[in-house]
Amino acid sequence: MSRSYYEASARERVALLLDPGSFQELLPPSARMMSPHLKELDTPAAFDDGIVVGRGRMEGRAVLVAAQEGGFIGGAVGEVHGAKLKGLLERALDERPAGVLLLVESGGVRLHEANAGLIAVSEIMRAVLRVRGEGIPVLVLDGGKYGCFGGMGIVSRLCDAVIMSEEGRLALSGPEVIETTKGVEEFDARDRALVWRTMGGKHRYLLGEATSLVEDDVDAFRAEALALLGREPDLSLEAIEAEHAFLGERLRRFGDCPDALDIWASLGIERPEWLPVLDTPTFLATVRGKRA
Amino acid sequence: MDVRTLFDRLFPQGHDIAFEGAFFSGTGRGPGDAPLAVLGTIDKTPISAALAHRMATEVLRVVREHPGRPFLLLVDTSGQALSRRDELLGINGYMAHLAKCLEVARRRGHRILGLVYAEAVSGGFLASSLLSDACYALPEAEIRVMNLPAMSRVTKIPLARLEALSAQSPVFAPGVENYRRMGAITEVWDGDLAHHLAQALAAPLLGDPRAALGEARGGRQLAHLVANRVRRDAI
Repeated sequence: MSRSYYEASARERVALLLDPGSFQELLPPSARMMSPHLKELDTPAAFDDGIVVGRGRMEGRAVLVAAQEGGFIGGAVGEVHGAKLKGLLERALDERPAGVLLLVESGGVRLHEANAGLIAVSEIMRAVLRVRGEGIPVLVLDGGKYGCFGGMGIVSRLCDAVIMSEEGRLALSGPEVIETTKGVEEFDARDRALVWRTMGGKHRYLLGEATSLVEDDVDAFRAEALALLGREPDLSLEAIEAEHAFLGERLRRFGDCPDALDIWASLGIERPEWLPVLDTPTFLATVRGKRA
Repeated sequence: MDVRTLFDRLFPQGHDIAFEGAFFSGTGRGPGDAPLAVLGTIDKTPISAALAHRMATEVLRVVREHPGRPFLLLVDTSGQALSRRDELLGINGYMAHLAKCLEVARRRGHRILGLVYAEAVSGGFLASSLLSDACYALPEAEIRVMNLPAMSRVTKIPLARLEALSAQSPVFAPGVENYRRMGAITEVWDGDLAHHLAQALAAPLLGDPRAALGEARGGRQLAHLVANRVRRDAI
């Protein structure tokens, strides 16, 4: 039976993605490792601080996994939340699993503990790059209700691959932040169609920001993660120069496009206005060979 | 401090740094006349996708043409560029790319130093000086995520409450000293900047010691402990 990735909680996603019964959690809720800063602000805390970390198996292969729970302060990164993620990445250096899976769902830095959150994100960035440098792939899964924004949007793009569903969102500044700061003319956060075609999975896939686009189904995410686990990380100068050329070409080709529809049209897609309504298989067939 | 004064004080033996709008890059003559690759921005420039790419171009150029040359990042930024166009183009991917370029440089033996000389804010800080092997700051510099009134709006916690807390907690309040206590700023540079630079270039490289520093300095009590438990607890 298929199960929506979007609707599932962080714990449900972990249980469904990994081989049944294989997950072992580190610092589980019983450890009560909570943020000390939320208490001071009389903000409710959570026994896992909004992130589940541990190890398990996928088709028998050892993996480490972290899942952010958007239902707790939007999956935002505070001191403890960030340290759990950093510690998990460092554990990969010792355990050398087949890969690390990051089930991202986050608004970025948790403002209640702003400075500690910002530093934590930076530590996670350094740790991801170190793990990749040691030859262990880090995969991102992005298809939850809260999307992936702020520092976690940067972290995601440091990884080996980003697997998204159409429902996922991947960006730096969220629509509300842009609207609040720059005005509704710059970004109308209530225009859901605009939000999805700017930050959603289909556009990120077409642009080359997401590696794969899958249906909103935990099994589809699992199958794609398994397919990408064998990927050898490449932090060579040649690989980074190739990415540099690719990103430079994107600025040249699309830098003047005001809207995703203009980008899709210039990719040679005949009726770009129809892309948002296509189901994932039809979308993938329609855009085959036309990604940036 | 005006950036040209800063160059003169960091590199009394000379420098050759060129401006391109708010971006600058070039070479400074460090201790023993050894060249440093210098890049940065002025005027609290927001880091856009295009600017992150421009900075990455310079990092890659130095890696190719001057293997092993140390970097000094002097980025004055009000944060990431907030615009629909930047998000449309995937600005987070450009920030990440700059981080990868610096990592490639690091792995090839380039030391990466950061000095916050004016302002360092959220995304722009994440994509620059916070990626250095050691980040320093001038005492008059400003570091923050968001100002307290904006934080109050987003978190719905009254401003007076945040102000009171920020007097005692480095976690909430902006400022170089708080970031030093939390381990993100290795040291505050005052007085002879060329001397500080020479010391920074000679210091041992320790990987990422920020969590341990934050614990030792009492600014972050749990980061090091929690990361170590997740890394080492038996399961």
